[in-house]
Amino acid sequence: MTVDEALVKYCLRLGDDAMILGHRLSELCSKGPYLEEDIALTNISLDLFGQTRMMYTTAGELEGKGRKEDDFAYNRLEPEFENVLLVEQPNGHFGNTIARQLIFSVFYYHLFSELKNSPNENLAAFAAKSVKETTYHMRHSAEWVVRLGDGTEESHWRIKDALNEIWSYRHELFEQDEVDTTLVEAGLIPDTTTLKARFENSIKEVLDRATIDEVAEGWKATGGRRGHHSEYLGHILPIFQSIPRTYPDSTWS
Amino acid sequence: MSADNQFPQWEVFIQSKTGLPFKHAGNLHAADAELALQNARDLYTRRQEGTSIWVVPTDQIVASNPDDSDAFFDPAEDKIYRAATYYTMPEGAKHI
Repeated sequence: MTVDEALVKYCLRLGDDAMILGHRLSELCSKGPYLEEDIALTNISLDLFGQTRMMYTTAGELEGKGRKEDDFAYNRLEPEFENVLLVEQPNGHFGNTIARQLIFSVFYYHLFSELKNSPNENLAAFAAKSVKETTYHMRHSAEWVVRLGDGTEESHWRIKDALNEIWSYRHELFEQDEVDTTLVEAGLIPDTTTLKARFENSIKEVLDRATIDEVAEGWKATGGRRGHHSEYLGHILPIFQSIPRTYPDSTWS
Repeated sequence: MSADNQFPQWEVFIQSKTGLPFKHAGNLHAADAELALQNARDLYTRRQEGTSIWVVPTDQIVASNPDDSDAFFDPAEDKIYRAATYYTMPEGAKHI
């Protein structure tokens, strides 16, 4: 695999992660627990769609086959998406949404903090912009985990259960295949094994404040980076692909 | 969430530029100060309206009663000497 081929894949994966989680959060538009939080969650969703657009556009330019952001979002099938399984998981109750967001945001905060120093200009610019947004997303979800964990008896067990359920999905974020090793060797992206301790420290700080002693260790989620998805992605894609597939290349008139 | 179990209300003040006064932007409901600040950022500064935010619990604001406006504000009406324009400028003063 050449460095250029790996770069295209890497950008698409970053885009896919942001796209699918952005979609999940957009499902909560007008259904948030209360007005202010509805707006907070959909704001995060919009940030993620912005990140998606940057990465899909960059991938299209690097690939050089004339594919644009819409082609990647709307004209690919389920196995062609290489997002982690974490981002497909349903919103569930508010605690599930927040637990998923915490893991995602903490990982990407640490990744972007390193990636912004990449010698690749596209990745560096993308990470420098995204790390600011992600810092806020992390703060938002962390503060909620603290309040739910250190809240009522019910909110405590609900957020704890939610974290237990989603915790196994973090492994995939650190997975490295040929795409990653090619780019790590080229010095363009950080080695995710170096991020693991920082990720776990950040999570532990939040859990301590939330009075949650431990999160259950279970199975290791894997497959998303190879296009093997959970049952959920197949239900997500038709929702945002149905219009462009029914009316290809249609525009607002 | 019904009206009687809403989170407490907060008033939001935004400073558009360093050095300028904070202006009242509106209010919101939030569980506590930190979340009120985050929500204020989402609700009132999305279009770069501000560089700094204050949130204040609504019930901590002491307001004058509209019924008192006669007693509060009318006495100033006939005391025009409190305004600078009441005074004529001394002829010799050039740089006031």
